[in-house]
Amino acid sequence: MNNALILLIIIPLITGMVLIIFRKKIVFHRVASAAALLVTSIISLILIYQVKTKGIQSLQLGGWEAPFGISFVVDMFSALLLLTTSLVAFACLGYAFRSIGTEREANYFYPLYLFLITGVYGSFLTGDLFNLFVCFEVMLISSYVLLSLGGTKIQLRESIKYILINVLSSSLFLVGIAYLYAVVGTLNMAHLSARIAEVGQDGVTTTVSLLFIIVFGLKAALFLFYWLPGSYSAPPTAIGAIFAALLTKVGIYALFRTFTLIFYHEPQITHLLLGIMGVATMVLGAFGAIAFSDIKRILTYNVIISVGLIIAGLASYSLIGITGSINYLVHDMIIKALLFLIGGTIISLTGTDKLGEVTGLIRTHPYLGWMFFIAALSVSGIPPLSGFLGKVFITKGTFEAGYYWLGGVGLMTSLMVLYSVMKIFMNAFWGETNLSQEMEKGTTKGVMFPIVLLTMLTVLLGVGAEAMQPYVKIAADDLMNPLHYIHAVLGSNSLQ
Amino acid sequence: MKRANDLLLKAVIKVAVLIILTFSINLFFSGHHHPGGGFIGGLGVSAALILLFLTYDIETVTENLPFDFKIMGAIGVLIAVGTGMGSFLFNAPFLSQTYGYFHLPVFGETELATALLFDLGVALAVIGSSVTIILSISEDE
Repeated sequence: MNNALILLIIIPLITGMVLIIFRKKIVFHRVASAAALLVTSIISLILIYQVKTKGIQSLQLGGWEAPFGISFVVDMFSALLLLTTSLVAFACLGYAFRSIGTEREANYFYPLYLFLITGVYGSFLTGDLFNLFVCFEVMLISSYVLLSLGGTKIQLRESIKYILINVLSSSLFLVGIAYLYAVVGTLNMAHLSARIAEVGQDGVTTTVSLLFIIVFGLKAALFLFYWLPGSYSAPPTAIGAIFAALLTKVGIYALFRTFTLIFYHEPQITHLLLGIMGVATMVLGAFGAIAFSDIKRILTYNVIISVGLIIAGLASYSLIGITGSINYLVHDMIIKALLFLIGGTIISLTGTDKLGEVTGLIRTHPYLGWMFFIAALSVSGIPPLSGFLGKVFITKGTFEAGYYWLGGVGLMTSLMVLYSVMKIFMNAFWGETNLSQEMEKGTTKGVMFPIVLLTMLTVLLGVGAEAMQPYVKIAADDLMNPLHYIHAVLGSNSLQ
Repeated sequence: MKRANDLLLKAVIKVAVLIILTFSINLFFSGHHHPGGGFIGGLGVSAALILLFLTYDIETVTENLPFDFKIMGAIGVLIAVGTGMGSFLFNAPFLSQTYGYFHLPVFGETELATALLFDLGVALAVIGSSVTIILSISEDE
């Protein structure tokens, strides 16, 4: 029993509810939501320490033993993601302070933001498949409102698409859960894993697992990503950044959890399919990133490419591939938030997101330019920045598994990623300065702090990769050995 | 669209709302051992409120029931989560519950459970959110 797990969900939830009661106090909204995220960061640090010293932590709500009650579980994989989520959410919140506008602030922006984070934390923590569905919905409903908040024409158009596709995938998720319950008779993930390991993963179970690939693939933008580019570029920068950093990652997390813990007996079917979808995602995403010439489109297609790469590590289903994926997942959450924040700042400065209309920003905004340069190198995996290690491990893992095509495409698309972000850098920052400081539409005042914070994180994560590896190793070990998870949740019941 | 002073509807609703509210409260309390509980009880109450909104207009009802239903919903969630957090004090898992038998003046020997407080929070949250949904749909423009 460890009540610290549930605190992560309670704190943002309660803070959000209190903010709804005091709707008019905007300064209080800002302070309270920043404080809530700081506290959750500290709790996730504590959880990492506890998992490292005492192994996987679990909490059975209300004292009802698993598999009858609802379990919350934190292993190193989810603990690392929890910490990264807290830090990225804190940075994007800081960006929102100056950029989101009083209109949205007065219409429950901060409570909704906190509910979104509650859903993300819940998805990372839950040990029950139905509860995962609930936490997905908490996150999605908040994201629907955040996406349409403000009600501009483009936002409403994209909201409709986004809501339709997510309602469809949520209903498929429910159907999948119902099938699984009919076949296996439980929804507790540890119990599911134990039972399927016992009776073997037969044809029906594998078919149900394919349904889960579709569901989580829709959420994670794995191959089924056609809804993503529009809906992530419609909302304001701070919201787009947190969507890009977190939402697809929750889908990826669910894929990792289900396909390392529950459906891991037939990798030649399920994991190979994941690999094929990953390749298609990377290739199509790379086409998009190269073809478009507006900043937001290029960045959203970069989100898609990285989804394919992370799934490539899962598809290899080897210790080294999974290690790479965890490294890359943490890196990607930070770097996507950073790229979106810088891209949004460029757009708000210049008033346009078409490349080529504005050049030479490096003279008026040198810091922004160099930080974008660092981010660009990091996202394409240039050492010593944070993307490098993950890419190396993922490639090694796919080669070890014999999927040379998978690793090869991963490396090729890295080049295209580099090309696409350098295109932004060269077009927007090089050349003659054609936008004097007086003509600028926006300002960088007050929004630089979160960008600096995230840049420092990506550099630290790259230089200090050695220090992080013990933790990633624990996470990958636990993912590859489902018994650890089962014992932590079911305890002495695990033999039944 | 608005019907002018529908006497029959008003006369029926006055009685019906009373019955619905009583039934909802009964549902709410019976929920501890029998079918019912905070969610369905709250839905009953909000059905009664919505009938009132339909019969009379929004202004009249809000004059007599000056609640902000959004805030009511938030308070409901706070109560529900707060009772769950009460178990932290006793070093028990979140949402643990307990109950005991007490001798109350009017009711005699009564079973009181902490789950009732949780249910109260659920009921308030349900009333708050469902009435807010209906009211925001009914608003024009």
